[in-house]
Amino acid sequence: MKLPHPRGPLSATLDDVLYAQPGSGARLAEAARLALESASDVVTDDDVQLSLYVMYELAYRGFDDVPPDWEWDPDLLHARALVEHSFEQELRRRVEVPRGIAPDRASVAAALFAMTAPTPGPSVARFVAKRASRRQLEEFLVLRSIYQLKEADPHTWTIPRLTGRPKAALVEIQADEYGGGVADRMHCALFAQTMRGAGLDAEYGTYVDQIPAVTLAGTNLMSLFGLHRRLRGATAGHLAAFEMTSSLPNRLYGDGFRRHGFDAATTLYFDEHVEADAVHEQIAGRELAGELAQQEPELCGDILFGAAACLYLDDLVGEHTLSAWAADVSALRVGP
Amino acid sequence: MTSDAVPQRATIVACPDGPILVRGDVAIVDDDGVPIPRRRSTVALCRCGASAIKPYCDGTHKAIDFRAP
Repeated sequence: MKLPHPRGPLSATLDDVLYAQPGSGARLAEAARLALESASDVVTDDDVQLSLYVMYELAYRGFDDVPPDWEWDPDLLHARALVEHSFEQELRRRVEVPRGIAPDRASVAAALFAMTAPTPGPSVARFVAKRASRRQLEEFLVLRSIYQLKEADPHTWTIPRLTGRPKAALVEIQADEYGGGVADRMHCALFAQTMRGAGLDAEYGTYVDQIPAVTLAGTNLMSLFGLHRRLRGATAGHLAAFEMTSSLPNRLYGDGFRRHGFDAATTLYFDEHVEADAVHEQIAGRELAGELAQQEPELCGDILFGAAACLYLDDLVGEHTLSAWAADVSALRVGP
Repeated sequence: MTSDAVPQRATIVACPDGPILVRGDVAIVDDDGVPIPRRRSTVALCRCGASAIKPYCDGTHKAIDFRAP
């Protein structure tokens, strides 16, 4: 993919240095400090979240014409650590985590299911099912594409950091995410098929300039958890919460696309997730997160934090999307 | 998962207040013995009766607050 357009001084500095040779990024840390100081909210700041996204993306697919060695450049990692620290601290300050949960399999699974219990009221899924226009369905896919075209990848980083049953559970889920060995059935490939069915470009990274900061933050959260062994508990909790809030909404997403006459190939992604995530949520809640809490009780707090942070950012993205659509304006980012 | 996957010893897990997880080499067939398509190696069978994709689970048990006996 191409490097995204800068959204402020830090992402502009990144754009400048990344085309040069690694080792020339001494300015990055200072630029990161200034960006963090001037951001009124690091979670939704365009310059901060885009910069973090760019720094993380070096560890996934990289960028056209950017030397791959930037991934492990000490100056870049220094700047990234400053942004990560600020992002994580802000989330830990803000996110409410259930207290007094015993670090055993049943208690942790029950706590996660309670945190993610279906709620009535407005949601993106209900809006998509009943009301979204064709243009809003396209926006919905564009917003989701920033994660869904690399679906499962951030959690996969955690596999070598686990042992025993939690590891086997994560591998079992991820193998299914990756199509059980069939490339066309990989969830990221099914999402690409849905995008093409809706007339969109399914090339990785095409729409990044249109993705608002809050949506980038949701993807950055997964990379933050996945790339730090310290946060393996948070990855487990995040994945559990993600899977537990997936089956029922995906049926509604599919309904919305069927309402507009899209064919079965285009809705397959959603239909697949109704079935798959009803399996995954059980494995993630009990055998991944629950077992991990039992195996490493000191991770119990992070497991719950990872779940709560996932739900918090999902809610922020949902509020952003619904308020834009209620005002009949685009939920995508416009302008430079 | 395809049907020619290496068979493993089947296990069946009744999830508390949730579906029945089935792993391993088990034929899932309808009342006439006709195989029901199985697209993954681990499947969740509906236990609450409210799934829209029976025999598989679609998570509806959570929406109806199903309590397993």
